[in-house]
Amino acid sequence: MSTLAREDALARPAQMVVAERRRRPFPWGALTVHGLLLVAVAVIAFPLYYAFVISTQEVSEVIQKPPRLLPSAHLVENYYEAWQRSGMGRLLLNSTIVAVGVAVGKISISILSAFAIVYFRFRGRQFVFWMIFVTLMLPIPVRILPTYEVIGNLGWLNTYAGLTVPLMASATATFLFRQFYLTMPNELAEAAQLDGAGPMRFLWSILLPLSWANIAALFVVLFIYGWNEYFWPLLITNTEEMRTVVIGLESLIPRSGTELPTWNYIMAGAMMALLPPVAVILFMQRWFVRGLIESEK
Amino acid sequence: MRRTVFANRWLPYLLVLPQVLVTVVFFFWPAAKSFYLSVFKSPPFGGRDIFVGLDNFTALLTTSDYYDSVVSSFVFAGGVTGLSVVGGLVVAALANQKIRGLTLYRTALLWPYGIAPAIAGIIFLFIFHPAYGILPYFFSFVTAYEFNWLLRGWIAMALVITATAWTHLGYNIAFFLAGLQAIPTSVVEAASVDGAGPVRRFTAIVLPLISPVTFYLVVVNMVFAFFGSFGVIHAVTLGGPGHATEIMVYKLWKDGFIGLDLGSSAAQSVILMAVVIGLTVLQFRFAEKKVTY
Repeated sequence: MSTLAREDALARPAQMVVAERRRRPFPWGALTVHGLLLVAVAVIAFPLYYAFVISTQEVSEVIQKPPRLLPSAHLVENYYEAWQRSGMGRLLLNSTIVAVGVAVGKISISILSAFAIVYFRFRGRQFVFWMIFVTLMLPIPVRILPTYEVIGNLGWLNTYAGLTVPLMASATATFLFRQFYLTMPNELAEAAQLDGAGPMRFLWSILLPLSWANIAALFVVLFIYGWNEYFWPLLITNTEEMRTVVIGLESLIPRSGTELPTWNYIMAGAMMALLPPVAVILFMQRWFVRGLIESEK
Repeated sequence: MRRTVFANRWLPYLLVLPQVLVTVVFFFWPAAKSFYLSVFKSPPFGGRDIFVGLDNFTALLTTSDYYDSVVSSFVFAGGVTGLSVVGGLVVAALANQKIRGLTLYRTALLWPYGIAPAIAGIIFLFIFHPAYGILPYFFSFVTAYEFNWLLRGWIAMALVITATAWTHLGYNIAFFLAGLQAIPTSVVEAASVDGAGPVRRFTAIVLPLISPVTFYLVVVNMVFAFFGSFGVIHAVTLGGPGHATEIMVYKLWKDGFIGLDLGSSAAQSVILMAVVIGLTVLQFRFAEKKVTY
């Protein structure tokens, strides 16, 4: 269709094409919108760009006036130094374990309970549902001291179990799967029963394969949540080996005036800490947007 | 419609067991214990708890420290919500115009959501750095006013608000875009035919239609600012200078874990519980009524 139109235009005399082009008004509106959007993108990107620039400079460039807004040549050495000083390998490993653990745990627990609530009739079903709902109103700060005590009694301080299990209850994920199962046609379960499939077989072979889109979407959102959680790991870890990266980074900041202002190392550390979740958003954007919007309904 | 269900006596209990266990052990029991602790005075180094009734609450509500932290929390939450909801709406409305490259723009606008507020805080800490930061440097040309967050509380507050709003902007843009795209084009076109310009179309048609999204986002951003913002305060300002950025969540942690005043900290937990219950009820009540149409 479009190629046809183009050939048609080519076939006509040149002056006519020019005249036609003149008749169509210049798209000022669209251009303005593009301009404004580009400004928004630039404003939003500037802090990250600036952090990156600082992470490639040496200290003398970091503190120079006027501030230098172009990258320098010290990227490799700064990142190496930041990696060494903060024990970045271990920090990133811990964050990965926590983020994946929380995401997988939350999704598994939620699928099981949503399946029970939708596909079984049992005493206390409503009660369980309300219990899960009420967790929405109990964020970490409102139960902080006693939860810490519970973790201590379990011997879970400075353990991966302590870092992940208490974050695994999830009302939003349970509601999402419940909502999704309620939209499944009744015939699905009927057919499975006629074929003699038990409930677990039905869940595993029929429901789960249908849920992959929801699982992927939730995984992205929960991975970011787990990676960026600050309050909880700060509380229940006090050894350097068990710190996650968002907390471990703070140790790089020079607080007293006598220390060298090594902001290049801090920014190098910050870049390494923020790269994994940002990369997950960029590469799984479709799932990310879906997960955000679906899980909050 | 009757749903086909499976018949099994014990399996459903087994299936909900993990969720129920985590919920009871790490949510209900600690929350109940918070209530308990809030009416006792616990000696920090062991010994019997002493029942003190509502003393912990009256002690809190009569000190200006706590009052200050409530004010700081509302300033902080209001600032973060205002900045990121209004900013998100403006950017989303621009991106929703009929232009090319929408997905590209969306990607370019969403990614800061992946950055932890604490790390965003560290980046903005340098941007605001009194000696080397780019912002104080530019301000120094305009005014002799000392733009130093270590000395001036409101600058420290602006620092943590900006950093937090920056990370949350993408979330709001995603929701506004989804809301805007759900508006049928025929409605907006009808207004256009009736002679309404772009601004009038936006204020008279689009804004009322997305008011449920706006309301939802205001509540969610408030909850996030109140309960999810410990990190940015702890990593950047430590509540200072003075008590300028000591929001309720930070004070609760400081009194409990640094000051070892368990009773007071638990009482603060109970007060915060009332806040979050209020916000959640608000969210669900209005979510059903869809605000104004």
